[in-house]
Amino acid sequence: MPKLIRLSEGGAELVDDRFTTVADDEDIPAGDIILSLTRYQAEGEALAGSGRDIGVLLAGDEAVEALVYDLPRIPVIALSFVKYRDGRHYSSAQLLRERYGFKGEIRAVGDVVLREQAGFMVRCGIDAFAPADGSTPEQWAAAAARYRHVYQRAADAREPIFAERAEGRAE
Amino acid sequence: MYQYDALDKEFLADRSAEFRHQVARRLAGEINEDQFKPLRLMNGLYLQLHAYMLRIAIPYGTLNVAQLRKLAWIARTYDKGYGHFTTRTNLQFHWIKLRDMPDILDALAQVDLHAIQTSGNCIRNVTADPRAGATAEEVDDPRVWAEVIRQWSTLHPEFSYLPRKFKIAVTASAKDRTAARTHDIGLSLRRERDGTLGFEVMVGGGLGRTPYIGKTVREHLPVDRLLSYLEAILRVYNRHGRRDNPAKARIKILLAQLGVEEFTRQVEAEWALIDASKVDLPDVELARIRGFFTRPDFAVLPRVSAAFDAARAADPGLARFARNNVHAHKVAGYAIVDVSLKAIGDTPGDASAEQLETLADLAERYSLGEARVTHEQNMVLPHVKLDDLPAVYADLKAAGLASPNINLVSDIIACPGLDYCALANARAIPVAQDIARRFADADRAELVGELKIKISGCINACGHHHVGHIGILGVDKKGEEFYQLTLGGSGAEDAEVGKALGPALPANQVGRAIEELVEVYLRERRGEERFLDTFRRTGVEPFKEAVYAEAH
Repeated sequence: MPKLIRLSEGGAELVDDRFTTVADDEDIPAGDIILSLTRYQAEGEALAGSGRDIGVLLAGDEAVEALVYDLPRIPVIALSFVKYRDGRHYSSAQLLRERYGFKGEIRAVGDVVLREQAGFMVRCGIDAFAPADGSTPEQWAAAAARYRHVYQRAADAREPIFAERAEGRAE
Repeated sequence: MYQYDALDKEFLADRSAEFRHQVARRLAGEINEDQFKPLRLMNGLYLQLHAYMLRIAIPYGTLNVAQLRKLAWIARTYDKGYGHFTTRTNLQFHWIKLRDMPDILDALAQVDLHAIQTSGNCIRNVTADPRAGATAEEVDDPRVWAEVIRQWSTLHPEFSYLPRKFKIAVTASAKDRTAARTHDIGLSLRRERDGTLGFEVMVGGGLGRTPYIGKTVREHLPVDRLLSYLEAILRVYNRHGRRDNPAKARIKILLAQLGVEEFTRQVEAEWALIDASKVDLPDVELARIRGFFTRPDFAVLPRVSAAFDAARAADPGLARFARNNVHAHKVAGYAIVDVSLKAIGDTPGDASAEQLETLADLAERYSLGEARVTHEQNMVLPHVKLDDLPAVYADLKAAGLASPNINLVSDIIACPGLDYCALANARAIPVAQDIARRFADADRAELVGELKIKISGCINACGHHHVGHIGILGVDKKGEEFYQLTLGGSGAEDAEVGKALGPALPANQVGRAIEELVEVYLRERRGEERFLDTFRRTGVEPFKEAVYAEAH
């Protein structure tokens, strides 16, 4: 079974990925699956009847708003990072967590997911990763936690510097 | 000035440690140049024609004495003894070795400096009026808001991989010294009739291949809602800006495609959905930041200084310096002193280690510990007593820093051009030097008056040529350097993109063409008209005729 780095309490661990990502022209296998947005919208309702978990893969140009109505029944949303420089899905993750209250897993997938993005991705609410650079969970967690302070609120629970100051931690 | 507290300092220390680790991985061959490139760029480190170039952020152009001395030390220790100030009010060192970088970042961090977000598709160093806190023209101190934006934008998790770079400027005077309308976002602080402070928010300005003047999307944004509104703009841009072509990826293109009304509608709709309580700074933090920009300890002085007036009467050099480089201060008995980094024949914006130290000494002794960098690549001593002007002038003169040419024809903006930059098509520095030499006669330069010449070595327009009263753009014609002239541009409150004069000229004809343009202006001008005013009245014809007459 393929592996995935998943954030856990205070760190990260390597876990089995029980989901199979199914391309649009592939037959549906047994077990839990991740479908493209188009296929999910076409077949998701029927497939859900078979008692399996169905996640959705969002391409770089697909907006999270398309999923809002379905969020309560979606266990995982995979955000496809097609280019290292393409940052649209940082907004997708942020909105899923903050605006739409999504509690399931958000995973970053694509050939360009590198350790150096760990901090930004975690802060935007992404909690599972398929890194392309062979990072270990320990390396990933260390990269994500490199900064003791952050300057703004995001989708994670970290308090920004101005809140730390208000609590007197700058002295 | 803003003072870093323990938390700001720990943040910089973490940044420095992270990059030290990344450089070690690169030097050990664990990552290749392709993988390293985005990492070094996030720390302002470019690979140029001859060496690495390090771009250091100088937030809103403000430097204290320790920072100036440290920059001088770095110039001497790790570079060739000088640095180059840019139109983003940053400082570049052009001869850096990769293995020295971690130590340099540590040295910078000791004085609360860094190179964060001086490159890459993120929110870049925020600029502000270089006369902030010193000019009577402003309604509030723009540095307060520039500092608010600096903190909010630093390693912003959602906005660090934007479609393209993103520049913000803040001004609080009707007279715009920040070129606000050439920025992705320009913020102009105003007081409404009811007394409330707000920003005019201008979006979509930018130079480069497709120059646009920023459009107003909101006339009055209450100041305490600034960050949530910026977040709305950035989110609309991050999600919908073009990513298929870097030349079409700036927010100006999105705004032009949507139209200002539709763009504004989308921003306002997004803004309405943002939980502002999580984004806008609480009043206590705004007050804390504002507290750093209270009036420094000004002495109570008479409005005029007999000592200065006597010295000025006795020394025509000082008198000329005072006419061109010294400006009214909001406090009686003080002046704002512009320090030109455009000595005739030198590289515009360059400062040697010795000059940086002179500025540090002068800031310490005479300017309440502060100096500023302007987007026009000069420096400012913002709080000088009139009584001290003769001494300041003497020290500046001894250091080669007393060129009395602020806003005059030889006060030229030039990018590093083909002498340093891998992107350039043509040299910019020698063209600037040639023009400056032709107008080395200070009487003549004063007679010509305000004339802003801006030179870019390629279409990326780092030298802001589009908004020069005279703009000069280097182009490559079959391997030879040619220069396209534009006239009538302005980056100030009357912002406008210049119009092309005619076919590009070979390098050896540019200087003479500028002289001819100036002659036409002197012939045509009426009353107190600046070059720009005359051009706007007469149109391009008389200028075109003079430059291209021989070709007909």
